[in-house]
Amino acid sequence: MATPLVVSEVAKSFTMHLRDGVRLPVVANVSFSVKAGECVVLGGPSGVGKSSILKMLYGNYGVDEGQILMEHDGRLVNLADAEPRTVLEVRRTTLGYVSQFLRVVPRVSALDIVAEPLQARGVVAQEARERAAQLLAKLNLPKELWPLPPATFSGGEQQRVNIARGFITDHRILLLDEPTASLDAKNRAVVVEMIAEKKAQGTALVGIFHDEEVRDAVADRIIDVSEFSPRRHAA
Amino acid sequence: MSAVPLLKVKDVSKFYGSRIGCRSVSFVLYPGEVLAVVGESGSGKTTLLSCLSTRLMPSSGIIEYHMRDGQYRDLAHMGEAERRFLMRTDWGFVHQNPADGLRMTVSAGANVGERLMAVGDRHYGNIRASASDWLRRVEIGEDRIDDQPRTFSGGMRQRLQIARNLVTSPRLVFMDEPTGGLDVSVQARLLDLVRGLVHDLGLAAVIVTHDLAVARLLSHRMMVMKDGTVIEQGLTDRVLDDPREPYTQLLVSSILQV
Repeated sequence: MATPLVVSEVAKSFTMHLRDGVRLPVVANVSFSVKAGECVVLGGPSGVGKSSILKMLYGNYGVDEGQILMEHDGRLVNLADAEPRTVLEVRRTTLGYVSQFLRVVPRVSALDIVAEPLQARGVVAQEARERAAQLLAKLNLPKELWPLPPATFSGGEQQRVNIARGFITDHRILLLDEPTASLDAKNRAVVVEMIAEKKAQGTALVGIFHDEEVRDAVADRIIDVSEFSPRRHAA
Repeated sequence: MSAVPLLKVKDVSKFYGSRIGCRSVSFVLYPGEVLAVVGESGSGKTTLLSCLSTRLMPSSGIIEYHMRDGQYRDLAHMGEAERRFLMRTDWGFVHQNPADGLRMTVSAGANVGERLMAVGDRHYGNIRASASDWLRRVEIGEDRIDDQPRTFSGGMRQRLQIARNLVTSPRLVFMDEPTGGLDVSVQARLLDLVRGLVHDLGLAAVIVTHDLAVARLLSHRMMVMKDGTVIEQGLTDRVLDDPREPYTQLLVSSILQV
């Protein structure tokens, strides 16, 4: 499919039951699509709902209205109303995500955290670790850190582990939530290069980048998320 | 991913006289899936676990299990002997207090070996070899094989209980607050161990816990219970990151940050 991701009329609000049930509309009528090999950047000021959109695309936030369509395993899946086990299956083989922060698991080494998504897809441990090592080397993570659990790593080191974990598979859709936020210029350049490689392989990417230089280097298209502000549509 | 559920639970209720234990709980569990049941004390999660594992007979509802011969069997209509055989072979049950799941006055090796003998293993050398292999997998030194679990620490006992349950290659494991009485560093080790074993063995599990961090780390799916009913369920990270129900929001917002 030349358009692996189609988002159609998605709306989301939060109801804060602990605050007397106050309802916070987040976004409404979100519609866009992403072609294979394209990198779409969600733009707009903080608090406008960029991260919420990304989390809905990953199935992490519930969706009130609309559809999120992805081609998965030869069929079309609407992630907005898919069963939990379908969402997990889509995440394993079709949909990747690099979050802003690494969720560390006690006692699991950086190398194994990176290798895990490949192993989950049936690649043997040895091969998955070799691939993980290549990525960590490319991202300039000191080799002494590979066998350690990343709980004590610096922000930038954790983020590089996270990026390696997200980029190790050949998922057809990849979501990036500020992957370069705490990286230095040298490593930002590495990530820009890695994104270009993904595009060349036909991956559809959706990302949030606050760093203008990175954004200009990777974006094929910028979507202004304030277009989806619910207040615009309430009128 | 298998297309056939391992466990089908339909409208299960349990009443204690006029008091509600759990009410109208329905779900299906697939092979390899880990379901966390969370809620505060008295929410009915342990009652539900007891019904699922045939330790309690539900007041109404149907629980069906996919047997190794490919047939679904209604647990309520199974004979006592058959249920016990299931408990000893295809299922595991990890208690919060290891003393409830272990025999404290026989050796660690015998605790693990006993389950093997229950399924007909008679060769002493083989039994001892698998026992020591399992002790190694749960990180208990081989030199402790002849020691009784009452000489073990809480964390070691819990790991031994897990080895005892997993030695017969069960397909479904029930866990009741598996990290309950342990201090945090011991918890972390146990969680990592359980997580690895569940993944490597492709186990299905139902884990009852009040600890949302445990649910986050171990489970794929989550059910939130309050006053005996399931008030919210879904993908674990969806329930925790975007809780919808008032009670779930309260639970999630009550977690202390470190």
